Amino acid sequence: MRMPKMTAFLTATAVFASALTLAARADEVHVLNWKGYGADEPWAIAAFEKATGNKVVNDFFNSEQEMLTKLRTNPGLYDVVMINAAFNDQAMAEKLIQPIDVSKIPNYADISPDKAGSPMLNHDGKVYGVPWVWGLTALAINEKAFETPPTSIAEMWNEAHKGRVTIRDDAVEAVQFGAIATGQNINDIKDMEAVKAKLTSLMPQIKTFWSSENDWNQMVASNQIDIGTYWSGSADRAKTHFKLPVSLVIPSEGAVAWLDAFSIPVGAKNVAGAEAFINYMIDPGFYVEWVTKVGAPVSANTKAVAALPEDAFNRRVMGDPDVGKRIQFQAPITDAQREAYLSLWQELKVNVK
Amino acid sequence: MAGQVATGSRSGLRSALPLLVPAYLWLTVAIFLPLSAMVFFSFMTELPLPGKAWSFTLDNYATFFSQPLYLTLLAASLRLGLEVTLWCIVIGYPAAYVLAKVFRGRSREAIFLLVILPFWSNGLVRIFSWAMVLREGGILDSALNAVLPFNINIDLMYSYPAVIIGLVHSYVPYMVLTCYLTLQAIDDSLIEAGRSLGASRLQMLKRVIIPLSMPGLVAGAALIFVPVVGSFMEPRILGGRTGTFYGTVIEDQFVAVFNWPLGAALSFILLAVVLVILALASPVLKRAA
Repeated sequence: MRMPKMTAFLTATAVFASALTLAARADEVHVLNWKGYGADEPWAIAAFEKATGNKVVNDFFNSEQEMLTKLRTNPGLYDVVMINAAFNDQAMAEKLIQPIDVSKIPNYADISPDKAGSPMLNHDGKVYGVPWVWGLTALAINEKAFETPPTSIAEMWNEAHKGRVTIRDDAVEAVQFGAIATGQNINDIKDMEAVKAKLTSLMPQIKTFWSSENDWNQMVASNQIDIGTYWSGSADRAKTHFKLPVSLVIPSEGAVAWLDAFSIPVGAKNVAGAEAFINYMIDPGFYVEWVTKVGAPVSANTKAVAALPEDAFNRRVMGDPDVGKRIQFQAPITDAQREAYLSLWQELKVNVK
Repeated sequence: MAGQVATGSRSGLRSALPLLVPAYLWLTVAIFLPLSAMVFFSFMTELPLPGKAWSFTLDNYATFFSQPLYLTLLAASLRLGLEVTLWCIVIGYPAAYVLAKVFRGRSREAIFLLVILPFWSNGLVRIFSWAMVLREGGILDSALNAVLPFNINIDLMYSYPAVIIGLVHSYVPYMVLTCYLTLQAIDDSLIEAGRSLGASRLQMLKRVIIPLSMPGLVAGAALIFVPVVGSFMEPRILGGRTGTFYGTVIEDQFVAVFNWPLGAALSFILLAVVLVILALASPVLKRAA
């Protein structure tokens, strides 16, 4: 009851505020991205502004749906938008993003060919997204609970960890995780009943559902969980920057991979500035500093990854060709699928009560 | 004579108008308009965004009745609302009585401050501090183990009781405040009269104090019950895997899948159910009052 009122109010305010927004200045680059995700690092903005003379204006979204809405309702406001490759299709189909002239982006040549050539980012021979970083949704363990790290996803169902398992409160992630556990293709789930049965049997194991990196790290810090689903970049940050006993496990059954890319919205006022910004974001210099200072996913730029130290997690583990064979990249999901996944997930959560 | 009266009331309205306008303007802009937009959305197939076709439909409301999931959750949320309200009465009413009838002057002010203190802190901060207290190895667990001779293991975090504790803590001040106001208004001489006529303490409570303070109890209960039924933040953070309620499902529709029409429809069904409950309860409560 409180929620719709609040949301409605926020929408009204947002509409009002965007009506007041003045036309963007020509030398400004308006960037739309997740908060705290590289593009808004103060040192990075300062370096970019100094090098190009463009001024960076950041705006943020909290979900892919919100990002699409912002693009729909503010045509011409943004110059650069960060879109998960699985949503690139939808953004292009709705004519929210335009083709990118990659000849203006020198670092584009160093992007690994499998990422640059991804069918999710290329339509009719035109490039609609410049791959930036990629990562995994895999498992992470509390090192205190394991003598030797497990190798199988089945460890989540091990009786020994009853009440000490966590999984993200996200329908799509949960269903795709279930697909991997039942040996299916995450983008073409044939046997939904098997996924449901597998997840149902997981529910009694679960301590709680996590939603943010902070949730996960706190539960490990207070030794409340043994194992759970986690993002590769976050596990790296937990270990190197928060000094927590966390290590990432990429199960032999596989893991879900995602690819984040930059696009230029239709009607962008500063396309040249946008190209310069994207070029800077995929530059090895920026990437190495980002990894060292903050912790980051794996760059799509091969030269940027090669510039990391030999033993860096993003180079040693994520660069392992064996890992490359096991992971499955997320493909676009239709609204109907998303709705079906949510209703399955909600049903599971209700039945556990 | 009649003309004079009419002029009098008209000028009364005219002079009252500047006082009423700001409040009604604000209510119209901030609540009525967005809420009517939500009613509109709840009958649509899609949000009216450029490039998307939409039409009017009753499907969103039909979804509620076609899936047992929503009814189960609604029942769970109503039960949660009742339990929290009950605990708020059990804890808040005696406190309000002591504040109104026992303490005087400075000490009353000090205790009062303690009651409304939670109001001044952010809701999320309160919930996260409960998380620190309730978890295994948390403040409550360590404190009890330090005092007790035997070892006990208290891990209330991520459970139904944790949700109740968090919600009761957030809402008990409403009960204290509303009951305090009505209890304070009870004339002390009525209590003295009852006593001098030989009523026992229990009889006094049942026949004089509770009936006279009933309006406060009812107002407090309504103020607590309604938001608790739709609550989503406390269950999500404190409830763990048992923390799925009607409110969290509505939140998911708005935030996770961006299905505002269904979220809006679910909200209005909740609103209708709550209104029906309050309407059914009102004659009973009125008679009691």
